[in-house]
Amino acid sequence: MATVTLKDVRKKFGDFEVIKGVSLEVLDREFVVFVGPSGCGKSTLLRLVAGLEEISSGDVLIDGVRVNDVSPAARGLAMVFQSYALYPHMNVAENMGFSLRLARVSREERDRKVREAAHILQLEPLLHRKPRQLSGGQRQRVAIGRAIVRNPKVFLFDEPLSNLDAALRVQMRVELTRLHDALQTTMIYVTHDQVEAMTLADKIVVLQGGIIEQVGSPMELFHHPRNLFVAGFIGSPKMNFLKSGARSVRDGAVRVGLPGGAELEVLVEAGKVAQGASLTLGIRPEHIALSAQGAVRGEVLVVERLGTSTLLHVRVEGGDLLTVSTDGECPVHMHEQVGLSLPTERVHLFDQEGVVVPRPSRHPLADVKVRGPASGAA
Amino acid sequence: MNRTVRKKAITTAVAWLVALLIFFPIIWMGLASFKTEIEAVATPPRLFFSPTLENYRDVAFGRANYLHCAFNSIYVSFGSTALALLIAVPAAYAMAFFPTGRTKDMLLWMLSTKFMPAVGVLVPIYLIFRDTGLLDVRFGLLVVYTLVNLPIVVWMLFSFFKEVPPEILEAGRMDGAHARDEVLLLLLPLALPGIASTALLAIILSWNEAFWSLNLTGPAAAPLTYYIASFSSPEGLFWAKLSAASTLAIAPILVFGWLSQKQLVRGLTFGAVK
Repeated sequence: MATVTLKDVRKKFGDFEVIKGVSLEVLDREFVVFVGPSGCGKSTLLRLVAGLEEISSGDVLIDGVRVNDVSPAARGLAMVFQSYALYPHMNVAENMGFSLRLARVSREERDRKVREAAHILQLEPLLHRKPRQLSGGQRQRVAIGRAIVRNPKVFLFDEPLSNLDAALRVQMRVELTRLHDALQTTMIYVTHDQVEAMTLADKIVVLQGGIIEQVGSPMELFHHPRNLFVAGFIGSPKMNFLKSGARSVRDGAVRVGLPGGAELEVLVEAGKVAQGASLTLGIRPEHIALSAQGAVRGEVLVVERLGTSTLLHVRVEGGDLLTVSTDGECPVHMHEQVGLSLPTERVHLFDQEGVVVPRPSRHPLADVKVRGPASGAA
Repeated sequence: MNRTVRKKAITTAVAWLVALLIFFPIIWMGLASFKTEIEAVATPPRLFFSPTLENYRDVAFGRANYLHCAFNSIYVSFGSTALALLIAVPAAYAMAFFPTGRTKDMLLWMLSTKFMPAVGVLVPIYLIFRDTGLLDVRFGLLVVYTLVNLPIVVWMLFSFFKEVPPEILEAGRMDGAHARDEVLLLLLPLALPGIASTALLAIILSWNEAFWSLNLTGPAAAPLTYYIASFSSPEGLFWAKLSAASTLAIAPILVFGWLSQKQLVRGLTFGAVK
């Protein structure tokens, strides 16, 4: 059982404030992912939780106990580093048992716990190897094993997969999800890769410039981004944005202009948009449909065939570029004129400050827990 | 012979020439030490002669006590190096892994103490040693050598420690290592090659140091530098004897340096080549 609570946490390096007041609740057994572009403060935030950096102001609580002044080891957390940070002069077994050796645990007990962890991670044949004799994926597993041996309250992962090649990364992602399911421990995971965030997390925390932009389940962030930044950051390929304006407003709906002069009626919460307000219209590439009667017309500049899907880069009237994701069998070729239809229920509207205009209905998957009931996620 | 082979041959020849040029005084000294005094000063110098061990017998068991001085040299150079490491390891650890805005200034300041010629502080140090009874005491010389070499030792250890990834120590901290465990169980094993070459350099510097040993010691604490100096006497120069004495003085450190040259080269070029 372990919860982590951050209360208005701030961190300054000299005069430069890296974390500008973050408050967050990590529930017991939850898999929380901090995601954001490089320099957003996500790694610093993790290091503040770990105790490797001192907090400038605010509080960090583990299981409700304030741990600001508690040493990293005494916080009962374990961390997996991006560079793995294995001890190069020790073999795998010694690496994994180092924390127990420091805690003066008897040799038999140490061996037993190391073997247990090695068994979970299939590291048994490698126990007597030195880190330099291991592949990247094996080193990664040893680093995780070293964390498991400590039986920590919370696992902290700092971009653990970014040094692996693409195929191995996909495999480790699945292993990490299974590990979380097996260990039933709270995990906090830092990454700049939104795919890792979407696939691993119960709860994603999107950070930018040292503040939290949005917290929510992967599907909530995907279907209900709170602002332009989150909308652009989550999802691949990225959401399309078009400058637009509110042509007419009636109760619960707004008519917005589309490239080429057509209009589209979008349902919004009443009273949120004024007539004539300038808006940004957002729509994901996979939600745009090719159709001969489409309200928006344009020329296909580039066709990228990925096999399972096809990406079209279309220049629409007015000069904006739209990315369209369509099926792999799509016969469209370069420089063809196409019609595009933008389904109104898939359109996101953002006001001048980049904040979303709330819609009256929620996406059915947005509030569904990722883990099934068997996993017992809180 | 093709071009690359010829190029290689020329490079090798030049390398040998330069090496011989640098090593020549030492060869010459070694040769002279086996000559008689008359042969040693003969012009033109004689390359072929019947070697004699007379000089060695004289200098080793004659008026100065070689073994006594050699022991003193070993005592002060190894002792001062050990003491310097004891002080420098924690200092370099703190500066490498917990730097502040002033760490760089501090390092430069430490090195700047080497800018001043030693003779500038001779009088105060001499007076302090006289008043504290450290003149001609081995331990006194050991302390001076420690302090003289400390800036270089800290500076070198600092750059070696900088090469150790800080995450490894952080991982140790997460695993429950306190500062002492971090240094003894993680940092020292990882930086061992660097520490070894730092120690070697400090030993050699102390071994060859002549200024302080000549000024602060007498017969009791005299190291080998003092021993050599004692052969340039008012009675005149005895080249063959002086050569024998010098050969004996540098022999231990030469052998030591030969055995550890790999470490030494690695230490001196560390960071330059990766």
